Amino acid sequence: MGAPMKATNVTGDPGSARRSKRTQILEDRPVNLDGFVEEWPEVGMVAMDSPFDPSPSVRVENGTIVEMDGRDRTDFDFLDQFIADHAIDAGVAEQAMALDAAEIAYLLVDPRVSRADVLAVSRGLTPAKLLEVVKTMNVVEMMMALQKMRARRTPANQAHSTSARDNPVQVAADAAEAALRGFRELETTLGVVRYAPLVAIALQVGAQTGRPGVLTQCALEEATELELGMRGITAYAETISVYGTEQVFCDGDDTPWSKAFLASAYASRGIKMRFTSGTGSEVQMGNAEGRSMLYLEVRCILVAKGAGVQGLQNGSISCIGVPGAVPAGIRAVLAENLVAATVDLECASGNDQSFSHSDMRRTARLLPQLLPGTDFICSGYSGVPNYDNMFAGSNLDPEDFDDWNTIQRDLQVDGALRHVPEAEVLSARNRAARALQGVFAHLGLAPITDREIEAVTYAHGSRELPLRDVLEDLKAAQSVMDRGLTGLDIVKGLDAGGFPDVAEALLGVLRQRVSGDLLHTSAILTPELTTLSAVNDPNDYAGPGTGHRPSGARWEEMKRLRHVVSARDPEQAGAPSPGTGRTLSLKEKGPARPGRRSGEVVIGVSPAFGGFFSRTIVDVPHADVLRELLAGVEEQGVHARVIRVLGSSDLAVIAHTAARLSGSGVGVGVMSRGTTMIHQRDLLRLSNLELFPQAPLMDLETFRRIGRNAARYAKGESPEPVPSRNDHMARPRWQAKAALLHIKETEFVRPGAGPVELEVLIRMRHTG
Amino acid sequence: MARDDLDPLHDYPLASHRPELISTPTGKRLDEITMQAVLDGEVTAEDLRITAATLRLQARIADSVGRPQLARNFRRAAEMAALPDEEVLRIYNALRPRASTKRELAAIADELERDHSATLCARLVREAAEVYERRGVLAG
Repeated sequence: MGAPMKATNVTGDPGSARRSKRTQILEDRPVNLDGFVEEWPEVGMVAMDSPFDPSPSVRVENGTIVEMDGRDRTDFDFLDQFIADHAIDAGVAEQAMALDAAEIAYLLVDPRVSRADVLAVSRGLTPAKLLEVVKTMNVVEMMMALQKMRARRTPANQAHSTSARDNPVQVAADAAEAALRGFRELETTLGVVRYAPLVAIALQVGAQTGRPGVLTQCALEEATELELGMRGITAYAETISVYGTEQVFCDGDDTPWSKAFLASAYASRGIKMRFTSGTGSEVQMGNAEGRSMLYLEVRCILVAKGAGVQGLQNGSISCIGVPGAVPAGIRAVLAENLVAATVDLECASGNDQSFSHSDMRRTARLLPQLLPGTDFICSGYSGVPNYDNMFAGSNLDPEDFDDWNTIQRDLQVDGALRHVPEAEVLSARNRAARALQGVFAHLGLAPITDREIEAVTYAHGSRELPLRDVLEDLKAAQSVMDRGLTGLDIVKGLDAGGFPDVAEALLGVLRQRVSGDLLHTSAILTPELTTLSAVNDPNDYAGPGTGHRPSGARWEEMKRLRHVVSARDPEQAGAPSPGTGRTLSLKEKGPARPGRRSGEVVIGVSPAFGGFFSRTIVDVPHADVLRELLAGVEEQGVHARVIRVLGSSDLAVIAHTAARLSGSGVGVGVMSRGTTMIHQRDLLRLSNLELFPQAPLMDLETFRRIGRNAARYAKGESPEPVPSRNDHMARPRWQAKAALLHIKETEFVRPGAGPVELEVLIRMRHTG
Repeated sequence: MARDDLDPLHDYPLASHRPELISTPTGKRLDEITMQAVLDGEVTAEDLRITAATLRLQARIADSVGRPQLARNFRRAAEMAALPDEEVLRIYNALRPRASTKRELAAIADELERDHSATLCARLVREAAEVYERRGVLAG
């Protein structure tokens, strides 16, 4: 066969490639800015289905695993050995491994099998077996399993609080806001690493100001991170990276043993910590040994398990662009979260790095963790605009707060966040900045001006903030280290600065390290400073009606959004009337009679029009609606009469009643919300001459043209119908409010009451 | 042992349910760590540390909820609780790949055992030395 044919257009002319309009539109879609690559299993550029992954196997002799996944103990690399000796329970391994992978997947999915029963099996599984198990599962099955296997019953969330300028004032204010919005862990990192002590203090102060008990951390090189933790400036640690191949582990300057030692070091200071890993890091670092991303990630998960660390941040994390680019990559990311939970680790499940240009795609990437719930749904929701996010962005940022809250409310799924009114947000931001000002002043660190505090209260990001004296800040940061300042010094500074409650909250967090309760799996602190972990809040999901379901106060909190129309008073949320300043008075003059003039149009209004209601759904004043209808009729030399239909809130009935009373047989019906119809006496009630069903699109011009057309029908003409308009977004915005308005209108119906004649008085509002 | 009355499932969190079982390395009770005491200078950073005994209680809780690895971690931590920060950092750095010879790691293990009764930590370091040798990640 010859070479593939060159692409040509449909006319066969290779020169001028004419593009379809639709293709161009698709080309311009944000999703096409994302990078996609073909699989290349030989180098590990494959998500979870590689012919080069080992087959599961295990052999135990005298309580020691001597063969694992086709490899003899003498050939174990250091991860194999660590996993075999520390992560896998050799006592149950052969029995557990004898189960078919699909059988184990059934145990995971079936809600009637308890979490504990799954753990009894999973403790004996090798990396290749765990991989084989999740390979039998589709994403819905994985979500079912994750909902059961998550360690803590109540889901939580973590935010990033960073600044492109490492501005501590910004970090404090954003930390306070994030805490207020519901995040229970906050993480920061730096552009200039030397800023760390100052920014870590700001994070701590902001967090405790926003809501007590929020745990904070500062992502740094391992040894420095530990030092800040030991001093009580941070409360936990997370960026303790582990990798799935020996080479990449060494490139990260660690081994499973050094990491296990580090895990104990944190515990020995009473400091919570978790490891970090994620699919794609090995291929990103160029040494995947030809294994799939997920196989290597399962090894990381088992290293964390073997080290005895309570949890793991995984879900690809900073490498998300790699699995995101290959087929089934996001399924693999969900699978790694599931495996972490399946081996009983706390799972902080990613969603913390910029993932896609497409809003649809980044939501699709989020839902598999949000819907089943994980210990931390985002291991770093950006609490600052993504341009300020020094972790290179997140899948979500403050611009998504309202979307997140709405999705929670739509699906009644607890994403651990809440809507907070602006006044409360401003107050928390301002107070956090002032608290930090007090602490810095007390400790003799670089001063914070009132101007900075004012700016940060209202700012969205660092672009709206005054520049700080960076050299002074860095000097201050150095002095924090040189003087050996600790969390207790921050406590004292807060108290001296006039923030005793924040001081108390921070002392409460520091006190936790004495008891060590926070060291247990999936531990968080409640705002009352009580530990909630997998020990005292174990996930008890066991099928429909069980497990964590938002209810009571939490569900009421989730129902609140920025704009919710009041059911009792639907007009309350409306914007100030954009009307012309006219007022309407409608006086009932007794029963409406049939008209005798052939040149008349009768306008029928609904029961609450110009009465209980004074505006349409889009706040067009009823005075102006009626004025335009009447003017439209009258400018055609036709007489108009207005009646009110009391017996029905059905537009067809109202319009047909008007038509039957009209001397010409032509009537117009209009509802309070603005829906309008031109009817004719001889037509069936459910037919009409012209219908304008989309109340939100009804403006003054349209009402004028409706009046005009009604008059022309009355004169026996055949006018061109008023062009109908279409807005496909009218429903999402207005449909529910329209339903409320209709229900309210219907409350004013007087069954059996006949239509009444109205005297219409439209006046300019008197403006002194 | 008075502490044998620990009921892991009901006593957790210890700070809320069994505060009397916990003390700071300087012998203070949890409820003595108050704001006033901090302001009076009666609480120092040394008071905000966990003791080996408390870590061993937490290890028992971890065991009782089926988390043996976590419990082992807590028991290693108990051995390290009294180790100075610099010592902890020094051993951590020595365990990094190609950072130490086998002899250096052996010395650290001996020291841990001899000076700090840290037998579990010593075992971890010796195990590392063996694996590092076999996999060629010792110094030199």
